[in-house]
Amino acid sequence: MSARVIVTTSGKGGVGKTTSTANIAAALAKFGKKVVAVDADVGLRNLDVIMGLENRVVYNFIDVIEKTCKLSAALVKDKRVPGLYLLPAAQTRTKDAVNPEQMIALCEELKPEFDFVLLDCPAGIEGGFKNAAAGADEALVVTTPEIPAVRDADRIIGMLESMGKSPIRLIINRLRPNMVQDGDMLAKDDILDVLSIDLIGVVPEDESVIRATNNGEPMTMTLDSPAAHAYLNIAERILGRDVPLMDLESYATRGFLSKIKRFFTGKRKR
Amino acid sequence: MGFLTKFFGGGNEGSGQKAKDRLKIVLIHDRTDISPQLLDNLRDEMVDVLAKYMDIDTRKIEIDLEHDDNAVALVANIPILRIKRGKVANLDGA
Repeated sequence: MSARVIVTTSGKGGVGKTTSTANIAAALAKFGKKVVAVDADVGLRNLDVIMGLENRVVYNFIDVIEKTCKLSAALVKDKRVPGLYLLPAAQTRTKDAVNPEQMIALCEELKPEFDFVLLDCPAGIEGGFKNAAAGADEALVVTTPEIPAVRDADRIIGMLESMGKSPIRLIINRLRPNMVQDGDMLAKDDILDVLSIDLIGVVPEDESVIRATNNGEPMTMTLDSPAAHAYLNIAERILGRDVPLMDLESYATRGFLSKIKRFFTGKRKR
Repeated sequence: MGFLTKFFGGGNEGSGQKAKDRLKIVLIHDRTDISPQLLDNLRDEMVDVLAKYMDIDTRKIEIDLEHDDNAVALVANIPILRIKRGKVANLDGA
C-alpha cells in the first residue's frame, strides 16, 4: 500500500477546510479505503472535534516527530467506520514546532499503512500552510462563492502550482442555489471561469453541517443531507469514478411567492 | 406591471454579477503583482529579441505595468536608434 497524500487548503479561514477533510475522510473509509485524516493545524486544532474524537486524543503528530511516542500510539481509530483514523495536532504548540522536512518524513511513514492520507491545512500562506502542503502530492482547494474566499483561493492555487502539486481541484462550499438563481451569488461557472482549475464538487449550504459539528459526527457517516450527498460524490470522484454533479436546483425549493417574484422581476435561472 | 416589479424588488441587476465583475478585476491586479526581478528578466529578454532586428537605446528603455479600472497593460517605451536592414534581409534569405 502506498497512500495518496492530499492536502485540503483554502487560504482564507472559515470556508470549510476541516469539515471537508472530515467528511471526505469518512466517505472514503465508507467506500472501503483505509484513511488517516491528519490535523496539520498545530496550535488551533479542530479536526478532532469535527470528527467527534476529541476525548480519545492522547498523543499528537508532534509527539511522533519528536519521537515521544510511536506513530501507532498517536493514531486515533474511529470506531464508527472501519478503516478511519485521526492523527491529531498538538494544541499547546505553535506552527514553528515542525518544518516541511519533518512533515514529508511523517507522510512517508504513513504512506505504507494507508490508502489515503488527508492533510487538513491551517488558513494562511505562511509556515503552517507550507508544512502541510510539503508532504502532499495532490490538493483540494476549498472556497465559498464570495470574493474574499475566491481571491485567496487564487493565491493558494498559484502557490500549490509552483510547488508542483497535481492534480489541484476545487471544492465550492456553501453555495446557495436559491441565491444563484436570483443572480445574487457567484455561480459555479463564474468561479471556475476566473480560477480556471478543475472542479471536484459543489457543496450546498446546509444546516445539517452545523448539526453534524454539534454532534461530532461527520455527515457522510450517517445523515442523508444535501451536503452529505455532495461530499460522498467528491469522495467517489477522488476514487476516479465518473459521478455527475448534483442537481442543486432541485434543492432550491421555493415557495409560491418567490416564483411570482421571479416572474415579475425577470430574474431567471442561470 | 411596473409597480409589481417595483413591489417585488426587481429592476436591479443581481449582486452576483457585480461580485463577478469585481472579482475579475481584483484577480487581474493580484496576478500582475510582478516582482522587480521578474520585470528585469522580462526586460533583458525583450532586449535580446529586439536587438536581432534593430539597434535600441538600452539606457532609455521604460517598461511598466499600467492598471486601469478593468485591465492591465504592459507598456514598453523602447527608443530605436537604427533598423538593421542587412540583418533582416539575411534572415529572410536564410
